[in-house]
Amino acid sequence: MSDLIHHHIKLPEGSIEKQTTTLNLGPTHPATHGVMQNILELDGERIVSADQTIGYIHRAFEKLAERRPLFQITTLTDRLNYCSSPINNMGWHLTCEKLLQVKTPKRVDYLRVIIMELARIADHLICNSIVGVDSGAFTGFLYVMQYRELIYEIYEEICGSRLTTNIGRIGGFERNFTNTAFTKLEKFLDEYPGVLAEFENLFTRNRIFMERVQGTGGISAERALNYGFTGPNLRAAGVDYDVRVHAPYSSYEDFNFTVPVGSTGDNYDRFLVRNQEMWQSIGIIKQAYEKIQAFKGAEAEVYHADVPEYYLPEKKDVYTKMEALIWHFKIVMGETEIPAGEVYHSVEGANGELGFYLISDGGRTPYRLHFRRPCFVYYQAYSELVKGAMLSDAIMTMSSLNLIAGELDA
Amino acid sequence: MGLTNDTIKSKLTEKFGDQVSHFDEPYGMLSFEAPKEMNLKVMQFLYDDPELRFTFLTDLCAVHYPDQQGRELAVVYHLHNLTDNIRIRFKVFTDINSPEVFTATNIFSSANWMERETYDFYGVNFVGHPNLKRILNVDEMDYFPMRKEFPLEDGTRIDKDDAMFGR
Repeated sequence: MSDLIHHHIKLPEGSIEKQTTTLNLGPTHPATHGVMQNILELDGERIVSADQTIGYIHRAFEKLAERRPLFQITTLTDRLNYCSSPINNMGWHLTCEKLLQVKTPKRVDYLRVIIMELARIADHLICNSIVGVDSGAFTGFLYVMQYRELIYEIYEEICGSRLTTNIGRIGGFERNFTNTAFTKLEKFLDEYPGVLAEFENLFTRNRIFMERVQGTGGISAERALNYGFTGPNLRAAGVDYDVRVHAPYSSYEDFNFTVPVGSTGDNYDRFLVRNQEMWQSIGIIKQAYEKIQAFKGAEAEVYHADVPEYYLPEKKDVYTKMEALIWHFKIVMGETEIPAGEVYHSVEGANGELGFYLISDGGRTPYRLHFRRPCFVYYQAYSELVKGAMLSDAIMTMSSLNLIAGELDA
Repeated sequence: MGLTNDTIKSKLTEKFGDQVSHFDEPYGMLSFEAPKEMNLKVMQFLYDDPELRFTFLTDLCAVHYPDQQGRELAVVYHLHNLTDNIRIRFKVFTDINSPEVFTATNIFSSANWMERETYDFYGVNFVGHPNLKRILNVDEMDYFPMRKEFPLEDGTRIDKDDAMFGR
């Protein structure tokens, strides 16, 4: 540290007591994209140390979950990584299904895959275009935003909401996908690849952009693993760990896709890995859509598993059918049998392995629920990533890590 | 996929004998516990052994069991062997009156914040942790809110009658 100081700062004689500058970056700084505070020690523009403060939007989800029946916890998971809520929702449903040993039909799995991959695209889209914004390129961000809008419209068609989706139920979906949803999906599959290609043209070989992101915020594979990195950030460092491949859920084993990896783990590799993952996601959605179209007759109408004891019945059935009314009452009042047990289930969230550790004592609510939030785990590496870097690179590093404050603080 | 739950179990019992106990496989994941003084030894063994290679700490959290006298708090580690793609769950229990557990930060850098979070919510005192202070809650807080003695809703409320519905 003293080397650094003597090298960069030339001070008038006898004028100084403190040789570094303390800069309070955040919590509401426009470049931090979320409520995150960093207290930086700067030597000129170079960072000597960074001390993160988190927890500004802590909402005690784990405590709240201990008083909620399983189906009410879905809305809490929405608010973790709110850029890709459907993945969190599905992850939670899959965890419950694992505990309750519910087997979902293939069509449900494929519909879920479509929704999860759309969410992954929406999330990567935001992250990568924000990396662009932070390096001064606003165009890409505005351009791709139209397609996030289209993805949100598809969510809306399926579940009625856009950001905090509360999509799906334990055992399947609340309703079948409408034709409009599929039409919009077709429109997306038709138009988005061209847009993504243009987005890549704008950035990938752009000299200015490359100069900004190459070689900054890098981490070795070994350190990344030790720091518990997962998702695109780990893959950018060259480790091909992907939950979709290592522990397939929701029939991911039926799909062909590759896991893109980087080598240096720097901001540029993270950007490239995310872009490649979007191409893979498009491929997965296409395959899933084909598989769904292959279902004919009654099979093409299946959108939930036949588990009346856990699956909330449709509202119109509740009003008109005795059976549905009984199950609705039982589920809502907590009269269904929940097995006691401990289950850990994880899904490949948009920014890493999103895990749910659920302990049930057989009661109506979880005895304990812990969320393994990927960005909480890897954000602690930030001070190591930016040590010795320029302040402007630290901003880029923060946006390319894909930190989502809601998930960080739970 | 050479490594199986049985292999892990036999290697652990061979090394630690009766110290590791309560082997179970809920939903396919090998789960076991050890005395809290042993936690680092067990994790270091799992990390270093050329066959076991549990070099990835997936998750670390605590659970409060107020009814278990002398072992009220459990610290739960989820470890992952990425090479053989197998996960295990490792628990240590501690008395709530002396919740000292050795820190895993020297093995896993990722344990740093996870342990801070665990301390923040359950008051587990991780001995040797470089920076054990609250992380999500305010620094002034003087209790550990995830413990079971803090119910979510005010127990003295009288405007609600739950006698008929719910449990």
